[in-house]
Amino acid sequence: MHNQDIIKRMKQFSAEQLNQVQAIIARYPEGKQKSALIPLLHLAQETFGGWLDTETMDYIASLLTIKPIEVYEVASFYSMFHMKPVGKHVLEVCQTGPCMLNGSDEIIDYIKQKLGIEAGQTTADGLFTLKPVECLGACGYAPMMQLGKHYKEFLTKDKIDQIIEDLRNSI
Amino acid sequence: MGIQLLLEKSKVENIRLYDVYRREGGYRSVEKALKMSPDDIVEEVKKSGLRGRGGAGFPTGMKWSFLAKPEGVPRHLVCNADESEPGTFKDRYLMEFLPHLLIEGLIVSSYALGSNATYIYIRGEYAWIPDILEQAIAEAKANGWLGKNILGTGFDCEIYVQRGAGAYICGEETALIESLEGKRGNPRIKPPFPAIQGLWMRPTVVNNVETLAAVVPIINMGGDEYAKIGVGKSTGTKLLSVCGNVNKPGVYEIDMTISVEEFIYSDAYCGGIPNGKKLKACIPGGSSVPILPANLLLKTAKGETRMMNYESLADGGFATGSMMGSGGFIVLDESQCIVRHTMSLARFYNHESCGQCSPCREGTGWMYKILKNIEYGHGKMSDIDLLWDVQRKIEGNTICPLGDAAAWPVAAAIRHFRDEFEWHINNPVEAQTRNYGLAHYADPIHVPTV
Ligand SMILES: Cc1cc2nc3c(=O)[nH]c(=O)nc-3n(C[C@H](O)[C@H](O)[C@H](O)COP(=O)(O)O)c2cc1C
Ligand code: SF4
Ligand code: FES
Repeated sequence: MHNQDIIKRMKQFSAEQLNQVQAIIARYPEGKQKSALIPLLHLAQETFGGWLDTETMDYIASLLTIKPIEVYEVASFYSMFHMKPVGKHVLEVCQTGPCMLNGSDEIIDYIKQKLGIEAGQTTADGLFTLKPVECLGACGYAPMMQLGKHYKEFLTKDKIDQIIEDLRNSI
Repeated sequence: MGIQLLLEKSKVENIRLYDVYRREGGYRSVEKALKMSPDDIVEEVKKSGLRGRGGAGFPTGMKWSFLAKPEGVPRHLVCNADESEPGTFKDRYLMEFLPHLLIEGLIVSSYALGSNATYIYIRGEYAWIPDILEQAIAEAKANGWLGKNILGTGFDCEIYVQRGAGAYICGEETALIESLEGKRGNPRIKPPFPAIQGLWMRPTVVNNVETLAAVVPIINMGGDEYAKIGVGKSTGTKLLSVCGNVNKPGVYEIDMTISVEEFIYSDAYCGGIPNGKKLKACIPGGSSVPILPANLLLKTAKGETRMMNYESLADGGFATGSMMGSGGFIVLDESQCIVRHTMSLARFYNHESCGQCSPCREGTGWMYKILKNIEYGHGKMSDIDLLWDVQRKIEGNTICPLGDAAAWPVAAAIRHFRDEFEWHINNPVEAQTRNYGLAHYADPIHVPTV
């Protein structure tokens, strides 16, 4: 009981974030605060370690006065929400047809070999997760990956080396 | 380069900033529109012949005129910026480089439809774009184009940006509405249509980013003038996003009077195929539309030059034609493997099926599995007919068109490239080391029999 209280308190937005939450809810008509669910899940995932655990989802449910199940079913539907822990940096490489035409398979294989992991896995140091994903709307700038908020486009093996080195140095 | 109505100013330095955009003639359409009645604006859009740029090509003015207007019930305009159809990245370009053009179009359209709260639903992965849009919204508001009592007309309007979170299906308008209500993106059974009961069960219009941006030139020049650009029912200009094997991938604005051949080979557009390779095939309107072999792409089955417009791309129906779709133009050169590419698209649709209807949920999985078997050398000759059978059972038997969108690429690949599938099955070992190549597809005219 006592422990849970502590965890609960850890999973709290800051005062500033709570203002942001109120501003988001105010975008919708009275009583339609559930519309804020996806924006709040994004905020929660960014704030609480890159993935959504049950505590976090319950907290979001309480903020929106909806049932926890309503949060779980939404969080598990959308591919950007991680239901399991992920590495500090998630390399989300597009593998769909148009990217494949420009060598995304080779890029994915190269990352696997370089980091010694398979698709969906995280390196032992917890730094990198490789997540092949479907079309990200950058097909003309292929091969490409999403890295946090931004895209890395026209990837080559050299660029991958550089990106990974930069991320390693950024700790 | 032809007429530019949308991208004309995209290269102007700092056009993202309000002052620059305004100096270049921005927001004139709002000044003009707010002096007109909402119905007159709908009329101008009808006259323009504008067709929805999200994929289906439905006439925008007609869609607007269907919006129910019950007394005392708020109405909403929702801008569809989910853009997740493989091959499509034109809306991203508009939002990133010309955010004020979209906001301007949204203000005029919101006024025409009576939407006091308008939402832009943008795919979650475009995570840096909401900041750009919100900046433009704040600038527009600071300059009196948004907010309360705009230009003293008594019209109030706010625009909000809502991020999705990774789900192609949320581009389908009723799934988008569900998502905007904070739910899973499960498409609704229609009717009721969104025009009657949409967002929060209120009358709602959902339009694509490019559609709403096109309202700006329509109001500025008048619907009749806009309709003079282009040919037949393909009026105005269309954005194309080009990817795959071309020298100059990217976003282009065309006036729909050029030929497919010119579009691919001219330096003003795609600039031809890299490394001197030959054109093998093309998916002209986003991954959901039928793939065409080079010969049928450049000329119709009747032997006419195929043009870059709605009618010509669809000439011959699905037997020998394709569709303009979302404008995602995917080019495959002679070194590409049709089986592998089709398999990749099948995986995409299987991943993106929301799972509500069994033909789509199960069928997309079967198609992916069968294609994977063929691609990796475990296919049987009967698999081709099985694939054909599965796709036929999906098409038309589902709640939303994602089922069709998954079936069509597989059907077209078999229809036009059956020999390549057979070669894979007959030569499982060789198919792991080399591609089938061009075969007869570059022949002047090859009319398939299926
Ligand atoms: C599976 C599926 C995905 C779709 N994705 C998009 C999309 O990303 N963007 C879009 O504008 N329309 C998309 N549409 C079409 C929308 O349902 C709707 O027709 C469109 O937003 C209407 O706008 P328009 O008339 O301006 O084209 C999709 C449809 C389906 C069936
Ligand atoms: S066709 Fe597919 S995506 Fe559309 S509602 Fe049915 S299962 Fe969902
Ligand atoms: S296919 Fe990779 S970004 Fe579209």
